[in-house]
Amino acid sequence: MMKSLKASRRAIPFLTLALSLFIVVALGTTQALAAWKPTRPIEFVIMAGKGGGADRIARLMQKIVTQNKWSPQPLVPINKKGGSGAEAMLYLLSKKGNPHVILVTLNSFFTTPALRKLPVNYTKLTPVYRLAMDTFLLWVNTKSGIKNIDDFVKAVKAKKGKWTMGGTGKMQEDQLVTNMLMQAYGLKGMITYVPFRGGGTVAKNLAGGHVDSTVNNPSEGLPHYPGKMRPIAALTPERIPAFKEVPTFKELGQPQLVYFMQRSINAPGGIPKDALAWYTDLFNKLCNSNEWKDYTSKKALNRACLSGAPLGKFFANEDTKHKKLLMGMGLLKN
Amino acid sequence: MEILGNLFYGLGVAVSPQNLLMALFGVILGVAIGAMPGLGSVNGVAILLPITFAVPPTSAIIFLAAIYYGAMYGGAISSITLNIPGASTAVATTFDGYPLARRGKAADALVTAAVASFIGGTISIVLFTFFAPPLAEFALRFGPPEEFAVVLLAYATFAGLGGESPLKTIIATMLGLLMSTVGTDIVSGSPRLIFGGITGFYHGINFLVLAIGIYGVGEIFYTLEEGFKTKERYQAKLGVAEILSTLKRLTQCTSTIMRGSLLGFFVGMLPAAGATPASFMSYSIAKRFAKKPEEFGKGALEGVAAPECANNAASTGSMLPMLTLGIPGSPTTAVMLGALFVWGLVPGPRLFVENAEFVWGLTGSLYIANTMAVIVAIFAVPIFIWMLRMPMTILAPIILVVCAVGGFSPTQDMFDVYLMFIFGAVGYIFRKLDYPLAPMVLALVLGGLTERTFRQSMIMSHGSPGIFFDFAGHPIAAVLMMVSAVLFVLPLVPMILKFRVSRAGTSS
Repeated sequence: MMKSLKASRRAIPFLTLALSLFIVVALGTTQALAAWKPTRPIEFVIMAGKGGGADRIARLMQKIVTQNKWSPQPLVPINKKGGSGAEAMLYLLSKKGNPHVILVTLNSFFTTPALRKLPVNYTKLTPVYRLAMDTFLLWVNTKSGIKNIDDFVKAVKAKKGKWTMGGTGKMQEDQLVTNMLMQAYGLKGMITYVPFRGGGTVAKNLAGGHVDSTVNNPSEGLPHYPGKMRPIAALTPERIPAFKEVPTFKELGQPQLVYFMQRSINAPGGIPKDALAWYTDLFNKLCNSNEWKDYTSKKALNRACLSGAPLGKFFANEDTKHKKLLMGMGLLKN
Repeated sequence: MEILGNLFYGLGVAVSPQNLLMALFGVILGVAIGAMPGLGSVNGVAILLPITFAVPPTSAIIFLAAIYYGAMYGGAISSITLNIPGASTAVATTFDGYPLARRGKAADALVTAAVASFIGGTISIVLFTFFAPPLAEFALRFGPPEEFAVVLLAYATFAGLGGESPLKTIIATMLGLLMSTVGTDIVSGSPRLIFGGITGFYHGINFLVLAIGIYGVGEIFYTLEEGFKTKERYQAKLGVAEILSTLKRLTQCTSTIMRGSLLGFFVGMLPAAGATPASFMSYSIAKRFAKKPEEFGKGALEGVAAPECANNAASTGSMLPMLTLGIPGSPTTAVMLGALFVWGLVPGPRLFVENAEFVWGLTGSLYIANTMAVIVAIFAVPIFIWMLRMPMTILAPIILVVCAVGGFSPTQDMFDVYLMFIFGAVGYIFRKLDYPLAPMVLALVLGGLTERTFRQSMIMSHGSPGIFFDFAGHPIAAVLMMVSAVLFVLPLVPMILKFRVSRAGTSS
């Protein structure tokens, strides 16, 4: 660090650093707070387009961090939506060792590198923090008259292969869930998957009766609930608090039908230990803030704070699980 | 009249000093952002979003809506003065706006754009105020087949508008469609045409990169060759007398503006379609109905009024599905929708009841922001006219820098800046060879949507094209397909007639 200070010829970065160090001291934090602080704006890379689920979460984090003045430098969201996340992950690979870039992920973090044989996957990056696990529900249109899972299975079979399921993208979360459903209920080949661009559009197409069912996240279905969309069952181990009356698949005798979308933060590989500690502290504050608690309960997400070695283990498990799912669909070979 | 009561309540919310100030700031920033090629309302709203964290959601949405609104006005400015559309919504404005500017009538064009935008916006806001919930029901009926039919209609209205050579128009359109397939394919999930993994192609070819390249950079190349004959090009004047005479002439465009505004609102309201096809369709329809269609493309005021009223009407229209269905009608409303979630609001019919202050405060502020925007835009005209009087030797480098920033900002990728300069060369060659540029841009803008909705429809119907002509199952799609078919055939009728007449002539 001394080296970099010497190299910097302009006074401003020096002053910022001095000032932020001063603040740390002034606050009287007894804990050994990380010695590293961002000295440049932090690139907050989002592996999806503007306005999507990941984008919303990233901008919410930006809001919470800004309002609480937790970072001496701004978080600047940058959308890199190309190639179902490939563009964003390759970008992080190219920023190896740079502590001023972080990535907010979805599950294409696991599926895209496997499917596209990218030179990057979770092991090439630094896991920082997991903030939430988004949940999934099976939805139908209220006009369909379907009230429970038995009705659903009957209705799918009655349509003789013409049943449609809308979802976001191809070979991503929604299609994996659809495939899990088909396997569990012996509906293989009876459901046609229709890919759309975003969860909001998927929900609209169900509400408008253009597809027969969806596996939307709760927040995507809420605008049409309870008027036009009806949740049938949840892909969670416990009932979702916001949808108390909706059974889980586990209760319905299909305990393997559990699926989450992780919302986590990753940094490029090889960043300084101090920087990792600073980010961990930052997102720990965020995850335990009232704003985050409030948002996650309103949107029926599971707040799930995790960091350090357990997070690495979680990623490894998820990676194996996703590879298995993809192999089960015949999309991936050993 | 419950709605009138709500509206007055909303106006009351909107005229609180803080909200008025937010609207004014938003409009001024919006006009500036819109006038900067490449910044545009999407990036503007995204960049300025953090500013709104400090104020309550109602003030924040008023601010963002004002930016969106102002940017629609501002977008016309760079289209008219520099021939660089700052957003896809302003492409059609270049067709007649720039020829007018070259004839020294930039001021007329700018005033026309502002006034048409104001009328389009106002009509749209009134429709929004009184019919939002039932219209949301209507918008829900649009699935992939209906959306495809709308896009086809946009192409159909545009057919027959190309240059003198239909073959060149077809080639330009095909090139645009080809470029729209670059990047991730949503149906198979695979990246296409990335040439062995060039990362810059993963996100596809951004519209702005093409538009700024072929219009902006191409224009500079072209001007370099022509020499800098600035004096004859821009002798624009603006005074009260000029504004009044323009307003007087605008009264002749009343029916164009009315048609464009209604069309803009309805097309804008449909999720996915948005303001760009609306502005193109409005322009084409204006030309078809015009008394002197031959003036279009050479500097007709109607040719500026038509797309401008439509894109403003559409921008309000696109807020409707955002608030009532939670789906964005345009890229900018997608960012605003994200903001809604950040504030902890859930869009949908219940928003109108549970967050009445928010919804009606926004509605009220739209009336106010629209009025502010027209005033700001007209006051800004002299600034841009002054800018145009700058010698080209100074203006050209500035434009090039602005273009580079514009190419960089949407994706923050230097690759796109290089690509933009390549497109600049393409634009120059196209102009030399007399190829029309607009069909290529339109095809790139609509190509992705066309392909996506078509393939989604085919998946839904299990491969049967009958889904587009199913009067029982998809009546809206079927009717729109019929209209498109008629519009495609219409330009051929005079050709066939001429052919028969000439044959009759030779045989006798």
